[in-house]
Amino acid sequence: MALNRISSDGHPLMFVQGNEACVQGALHAGCRFFAGYPITPSTEIAEGMARELPKLGGTFIQMEDEIASIAAIIGASAAGARSMTATSGPGISLMLENIGFAYMIQMPIVVVNVQRGGPSTGLPTKLSQSDTMQARWGTHGDFTSIALAASTVQEVYDMTIRAFEVAEHFSTPVFLLLDELIGHMREKVVLNKHDNQAVVKHAFPEIPPEWYLPYTESLDLVSHPAPFGKGYRYNMTGLVHDRAGFPTSIPAEITERLETLRNKILKHKREIWQLREYYTEDAKYVIIAYGSAARAARGAVESLRLKKTKAGLIDLKSIWPFPDEPIKEILDRCNIKSVIVAENNMGQLIHPVREMLGGSVKIASVNRYDGHPLEPQEIINVVKEEIYA
Amino acid sequence: MAINLKQIAGEKDLLAPGHRACAGCAGASILRMVTHAAGPDTVVGLATGCMEVVTTIYPYTAWRIPYIHNAFENVAATISGVEAAYRALKRKGKIDKDIKFIAIGGDGGTYDIGIQSLSGAMERGHNMLYICYDNEAYMNTGIQRSGATPLGAATSTTPAGKKIPGKQQHRKPLTEILVAHEIPYAAQTAPHNFMDLMRKVQKALEIDGPAFINVLMPCPVGWRFPENLSIEMSRRATDACFWPLFEVENGEWKLNYNPEKSGKKISIEEWIKPQGRYKHLFAPQNQHIIGELQNWVDKRWNELKKKCGVE
Repeated sequence: MALNRISSDGHPLMFVQGNEACVQGALHAGCRFFAGYPITPSTEIAEGMARELPKLGGTFIQMEDEIASIAAIIGASAAGARSMTATSGPGISLMLENIGFAYMIQMPIVVVNVQRGGPSTGLPTKLSQSDTMQARWGTHGDFTSIALAASTVQEVYDMTIRAFEVAEHFSTPVFLLLDELIGHMREKVVLNKHDNQAVVKHAFPEIPPEWYLPYTESLDLVSHPAPFGKGYRYNMTGLVHDRAGFPTSIPAEITERLETLRNKILKHKREIWQLREYYTEDAKYVIIAYGSAARAARGAVESLRLKKTKAGLIDLKSIWPFPDEPIKEILDRCNIKSVIVAENNMGQLIHPVREMLGGSVKIASVNRYDGHPLEPQEIINVVKEEIYA
Repeated sequence: MAINLKQIAGEKDLLAPGHRACAGCAGASILRMVTHAAGPDTVVGLATGCMEVVTTIYPYTAWRIPYIHNAFENVAATISGVEAAYRALKRKGKIDKDIKFIAIGGDGGTYDIGIQSLSGAMERGHNMLYICYDNEAYMNTGIQRSGATPLGAATSTTPAGKKIPGKQQHRKPLTEILVAHEIPYAAQTAPHNFMDLMRKVQKALEIDGPAFINVLMPCPVGWRFPENLSIEMSRRATDACFWPLFEVENGEWKLNYNPEKSGKKISIEEWIKPQGRYKHLFAPQNQHIIGELQNWVDKRWNELKKKCGVE
């Protein structure tokens, strides 16, 4: 790890890669179990965990493939450990069946996707944001997913911690969508500015084991199945199950199970939503982006503002569930002429934006999918087209 | 057909020069020997791995024979499909050429993520040869441990430090796992013995049915030894009985090289000494691991001799 210095308010500083910041964030959040498999451009996360976890009494396992990696962290989480894996698109593709299992059994896990180009082997060493929709719809069946994002190395650290908070809170898998540029870029990071106790481990059940029903939802609709190994014996299955965890084919129970899986997230989505605004107060042209695309967009907004063009940026930190309400609030507030969606893919984030605006505002897009980061000028050009349109 | 080195030396390489393998890479030599032994009427499939990457950097390819890359875990399944399609075409009289099929994977793509598709292909009995180039770690992504990494080796996911002294498990006996599939031919070879390597490839391709060859591939970058020692590291691995050269044909085990008989046997220490990945084992607190490695090698060597009927 890079040389530590101390910030003016007494926190350790590091100059590290996004992937290394992810390791630091996970350790700070209390992650003590990591199972993974080497894949560019995420491998540094596994390597960092292999180096650091043994020192903290944690467990690092390199598994025989990604299917085994995700299964191992689900198992560790079922036994009460805070657990994570990190991979890239091809690895996520292999993990999806088990990610669906984790949705079903309501197991908190953090899955980091350092995105590269696809489909298939794609562009292992180049950036992409083409797994945006995969994080929403990847596995089969009806479900609601949570995905967070970061556009600076500091945010990788912060959002990794946040991913553990959200996973624990909703007892469900959480994706952290990074990309090759964010993962390999080096920036300054202030460590430990978050409360160490930020990630709350859910209270152990108070009722005796023989009365225990793992899937009886609390008021917030979230179930927190008790960790195995403490005397609470129950059934855990990928089949649709009743409150005791046993398979059911009773329509009312099936409906209840599927609806709670959705509603536990959708009824509390305001707690998940997070975004950052730049110059949106009076903006006529608002760019919506996340990750490395948002960095280019920020550059574009700054240049346009120097030329008195009223451009602004909404840099999304949570992608799924899509933060439609806060975005609309911002757009309603400003003097909007058009919305520009900037992405390193052929157009994925633009779909929920269209759904949200429903033709009320003009939407333009900037897409790049050649493995290279978007350049501010490409976004500026589209904003200019909108001005003269 | 006997291997004729003089004739091979005059032949055109089927793996073209200009590929991007590292200096001192034994893998490039292995692939050249394999393709010389197989000849031009061959289809090659490669799993994701360093040999796939270095031979097909866009927009170039080093392959002068038909080549297919699919993903990491499925080269055996991919070649199964190609071979089955060939058989169907042949049955319908749409093709009459005799074509050979070779699937190639590294140790990650063979011992770990690819073992399921390999096992399936062998069980279904496709007429194909699977070659594993075993450099004992995931070199393509930066030296992570694999099921083939030996005890004590430092990799980027088994870093040697205060808490752990390198990899804590022995390697997986993959060749024996393939023998257990009761395929007609399974063998182990190494690049320093080029006659052994090429003879085994030819034999495996002549046999009707699935065949498997495991080739040790010393890697200067991952094992951390000077580039000029690759072939020497291969020789020492067999002299130390760490990587015995043997073949199993229809259940008959045969030892192809016995360093005890030729008086060339060396200790495991002589093999690991030049390799940086074992440097930490020579610290006083870790030296017992060298003993453990030696015991494991001795035990397996004695078992192999018994299977091969060698005294």
